[in-house]
Amino acid sequence: MSDKKSPNISPQHREYLRRVKRRKRTIFITQISLLILFFALWEVAARIGAIDPFITSQPTRIIDTVLNLYRDGKLFNHIAITCVETILGFIFGTLIGILVAIILWWSEFLEKVMEPYLVVLNSLPKIALGPIFIVWIGAGPSAIVVIAMTISVVVTILEVLNGFLGVDQEKIKLVKTFGANRVQILTKVVLPSSLPVMVNALKVSVGLSWVGVIVGEFLVSKAGLGYLIVYGGQVFQLDLVMASVIILSIAAFLMYRMVAWIEKLVVKRN
Amino acid sequence: MSYVVEVCKLGMKYHSLNGEIDALKNINFSVSEGEFISIVGPSGCGKSTLLSLIAGLIVPTTGGVFVEGKPVSETSEKVGYMLQKDHLFEWRTIYQNVILGPEIRGTLNAETKEYALKLLDTYGLLEFKDKYPSQLSGGMRQRAALIRTLVAKPEILLLDEAFSALDYQTRLAVTEDIYSIIKKEGKTAILVTHDISEGISMADRVIVLSKRPATIKKIYEIKLSCEKRTPLRSREAPEFREYFNKIWKELDVNV
Repeated sequence: MSDKKSPNISPQHREYLRRVKRRKRTIFITQISLLILFFALWEVAARIGAIDPFITSQPTRIIDTVLNLYRDGKLFNHIAITCVETILGFIFGTLIGILVAIILWWSEFLEKVMEPYLVVLNSLPKIALGPIFIVWIGAGPSAIVVIAMTISVVVTILEVLNGFLGVDQEKIKLVKTFGANRVQILTKVVLPSSLPVMVNALKVSVGLSWVGVIVGEFLVSKAGLGYLIVYGGQVFQLDLVMASVIILSIAAFLMYRMVAWIEKLVVKRN
Repeated sequence: MSYVVEVCKLGMKYHSLNGEIDALKNINFSVSEGEFISIVGPSGCGKSTLLSLIAGLIVPTTGGVFVEGKPVSETSEKVGYMLQKDHLFEWRTIYQNVILGPEIRGTLNAETKEYALKLLDTYGLLEFKDKYPSQLSGGMRQRAALIRTLVAKPEILLLDEAFSALDYQTRLAVTEDIYSIIKKEGKTAILVTHDISEGISMADRVIVLSKRPATIKKIYEIKLSCEKRTPLRSREAPEFREYFNKIWKELDVNV
C-alpha cells in the first residue's frame, strides 16, 4: 500500500500502475455500456415494431410499472417481504447447517450413519418438498422461509463438514500435545480455521435461498417479488414480470455483494 | 543416577483391515537431564510413533514410558512437542499463539502471561507480538513455535523432524538458533530426524533405529573435539565424518 504513496517510484512503475488503473476503468465502462446498449436496443426494437412489447415488454414501460408500484406504496413492501424471507432462510439454513456439521464432526459414527441420507437429500430437488411444507406449516411466509432454508441447509452441512474434516491433522495434534479436549479442539482449531469455508458456504446458500423464496412465493404467497412475477404472468402483464425480475436481480446482486464484503472482513486474517 | 525419560520394553502395533503392523519392538533407552538425544532411522520406521508415545498422545501395546519416574498415560505439561511445521495459527497474533498452551491447560494468568512476554523479549520477538504469523520470516516463525512450546514450561522437548519444512540455508540457521535456546533454557531434548548430519550436529547421543519393526540398532555417544559446541561448529569437527560414515553404514540404505 505504502509504495503507491511514496514519491520516489520509478517512471516505469508509475506507468505500470497507470496501465493497471486504465484497464480497470475500461472494463467498468464496457460493462456499463453493455447494459445501456442492451436496454437501448430493447427500447428501439419495441418502438419500431421489431418486437411486440405486449410479449417482450420494453424499458420505458418497465419504468412506468415500477413508478406505479411505488405510487401505490406497494413497491418497497414487496421487495422487503422477499428480502426478509431470503435473509431468514439463509441465516437459519447456515446456522442449522453449521450446527449439524458440528454434531457430525463430533461423532464419526453418526457421520458414517448419516452419509447416505445426506447424499440423497443433496441430490433431491428440495423444491419437490414445497407442497409438503405448505400442508404442514400453512400457506404463508413461514412455509416460504422453511423452503428457502431446506434448500440451503444441506449444501451448508456438506460444505462445512468437508471443511471441518479437512482441517490439518497436525494442527489438531499440536493442541492435543497441550492436553486439549474435544471442545477445545473444536473452538481453538476447527472452527477458526474453517471460517473461510463457512463464509463460502454463506455465499452459496444466499443464492440458493433466493431460489427457495421465489419458488415458495410462486406456490403460495400474496405478496413479494415472486408473487408479482407469477401474478404478472397469469394476467399476461409482461411489464410487471420484467420489472419484478429486474428488481430481483438488483436485490440479489446487492445481497451477494454484502456477503462478499463480510467474507473479505473475515478471511482477511486467514 | 536418575533419568528424566525412561523407555522400557516399548512396543507398538497398529491394526488395519490389511493386517497388523509392527511399528516398534522392544525399545529401551534412558535420557538424563539436559541431554540432547537424536533418533535417526530409515523413513517410515516409526520414529514419529516413538515421540507420540513419549508425549502420551497414543498408548503403547507393550512396555511403557516413564517421565521423571512416573508412567506416561496422557499428555503432560512436562513434555513439549514441536512438529515438522511451525503450525502457528494464522488467525492469532504471535502473542496469542505463544500463550496457546497455558490457555488450553487453563493456567493462563498474570504470571504465565508475563513469562510469555519475557521469552518473546529474550528471543527478539517482542516487537512482533501483535503481528500475524504471515508477517514473519520462516526462521522467526520457527522461533515463535519454540517459544509457544517453552511457555508451557516443559522439562523435555520432543522435536519431530522439527526443521524439515524449511529450506536448507534457513534450516542451518534455525537449527543453530533453536539449539542455543534449548541449551540456554537447560532443557532435555529428543530430536527425531532422517538427516544424519543434523542428528549428529546437535546430539550428545544418537540412537539408530532399524527398519520396521523398529528396534534400536546402536547408540552412538557423540564426542567431538570442538570448543563451545554448536551445530555448525560440530559439523567442522574432525570426528564428524567418522560418525556420519558409521551411522550411514548402520542405516544400510539400499536404493
